[in-house]
Amino acid sequence: MNMDTRLTLGRTRAFLTVFLKEVKENLRDRRTIISAFLTGPLLGPLILVMLLNINLNRELDKAEKPLPVPVIGAEYAPNLIGALKAEGIVPQSPVANPEVAVRKQDADVVLRISPDYPNAWHKGESVQVELIYDSSQRDANTAVMRVSQLVETYARQQGAMRLVARGLSPGTAWPVVAARRDQATAQARAALMFSILPYFFVLSVFMGGMYLAIDLTAGERERQSLEPLFANPVPRWKILAGKLAAICVFSAASLLISLMAFAVVGRFIPTEKLGMELELGFSFGSRVLLLMLPLIVLLAALQSMVAAFAKSYREAQTYVSLLMFVPVIPSILLSTMPIKSQMWMYAVPLLGQHLGIMQLLRGDGIEPQQLGLCLLGSLVAAALGVLVTARLYQSERLAISG
Amino acid sequence: MIEVKDLHKAFGTVKAVDGVSFTARDGEITGLLGPNGAGKTTSLRMLYTLMKPDRGQVLVDGIDAAEDALAVRRRLGVLPDARGLYKRLTARENIDYFARLQGLPEDVLATRREALVQALEMEDIGDRRTEGFSQGQRVKTAIARALIHDPRNVILDEPTNGLDVMATRALRQFMQRLKAEGRCVLFSSHIMQEVAMLCDRIVVIANGRVVADESPAALREQTGEANLEDAFVKIIGSEEGLAA
Repeated sequence: MNMDTRLTLGRTRAFLTVFLKEVKENLRDRRTIISAFLTGPLLGPLILVMLLNINLNRELDKAEKPLPVPVIGAEYAPNLIGALKAEGIVPQSPVANPEVAVRKQDADVVLRISPDYPNAWHKGESVQVELIYDSSQRDANTAVMRVSQLVETYARQQGAMRLVARGLSPGTAWPVVAARRDQATAQARAALMFSILPYFFVLSVFMGGMYLAIDLTAGERERQSLEPLFANPVPRWKILAGKLAAICVFSAASLLISLMAFAVVGRFIPTEKLGMELELGFSFGSRVLLLMLPLIVLLAALQSMVAAFAKSYREAQTYVSLLMFVPVIPSILLSTMPIKSQMWMYAVPLLGQHLGIMQLLRGDGIEPQQLGLCLLGSLVAAALGVLVTARLYQSERLAISG
Repeated sequence: MIEVKDLHKAFGTVKAVDGVSFTARDGEITGLLGPNGAGKTTSLRMLYTLMKPDRGQVLVDGIDAAEDALAVRRRLGVLPDARGLYKRLTARENIDYFARLQGLPEDVLATRREALVQALEMEDIGDRRTEGFSQGQRVKTAIARALIHDPRNVILDEPTNGLDVMATRALRQFMQRLKAEGRCVLFSSHIMQEVAMLCDRIVVIANGRVVADESPAALREQTGEANLEDAFVKIIGSEEGLAA
């Protein structure tokens, strides 16, 4: 075989050689494996399950669960107590010092009925009942709310009956009534709660490629293997391309695991109980994957770029960890500020993905135009990122160890 | 054959290499001798195209490094100052990686690799991951991967650095073997005795310049010193950095 054909052969294989070596080497690194295939992709589903648990408990609290409430002066208002009992309140024996009891969290709320109650009642006058509670105890708030609503409902019913007894329509006392008509679909209600979800996907991509990206420049330099590597007759951009491809594969694998975990978790979430609907199955997953593809390349380039500035592995790790907070910005912005989504926003990398995934979660679907903008914007950014990283990779300084 | 003509390289205001010229011929061992920081490593880095010279020319087997860096790299086997191995790969896998980057077909690769493993006496470490290798084992692996493509020209930057006596002896014998095979061997060192023992030709570098380019005998003759070490001190004009 002559020199020329061997050279050509080497050139065609170099990309694949670098790629396969990086994959093999990193599959042998426990830290990379844990980050890419365990913590990165599974953190999101885990937090989702926790969020749901908290929410479910809160919802169940609101339901007709027996609620023990110490009552002072129950004997003065047997009818009121009867009405409360019918709605699941369990009157307890009175406590000596209700103010201290709620502050010490011995009771969520204490009901105090004054001895004037029977007198005022019979005269047809208004009378106070006191709810003693501590609003800084957040857990107690649902209990307070429930008791207070029950008391008010009882009052309104009794008031209406008094009016009827006097020959008046109950409507006289309530000239205006606000009727609430919630337009949120069950899916939209779920989406509000899951606005953190897009970030988990980005995070999983990030964690998947992180250690590879650090290894690509800072790691090679620290273990002094970059100089011998560059002595091979392979253009640097080909080496970089092979390494970026390896990062992308790990990131994509991480995202896939994350999507599958979400799909599994989604099956077991009792979303109907929450009055929500959540579709995390195959069609959702495949669309998210499509939306995220250019982002995978962009993040791979960004991570390598940031790591290239570092002198050591440890320094690179710090920089890359800081970079991890950038993707959280659109998620926070959009959940704190109710911005109406504009068409141009879809072209902004990360923001576009966030909007797109939220739309998929809400069950609205994504329009071809939005999808196109999202993919195009991120692809352009990814290409720029790769170009800048390639330039950095060409620098003489990069190869010199120490 | 390696020809270096009037190389210059500055880092900021520091002139690391300031007009270095020499020729290393086939079938000879050429030693680049000089104190630490004289510009040996920078000269070699320009030679194997890791750095671009500010001025001057590098020819390897007549090919200009500035015009066809890849072709030059194909003709060179390089053991750089940095000998980092991939610690999660075995010694054989480390060698194979570079072989594939050189474009070797798999059958040729296997034959060459096993020949080198045998020649460098590394059968016992071949399938071990390189993490935790001794300095000698690391150098052996690095040399094997540098020579896997059977290059005509071999560049070794301070090859015996950090090696014990036995490993150093073995390496010197290996270099003699490369010479006997008709290759052009260029190595750098700051150790006098080593250069005197091995070299057909000595290029002495000090402060980024070539101060002598002779055979050992001619060097002794030129300085009038019977002892090569005294000759060397006379040439570079100081005893700085001459630790053996």
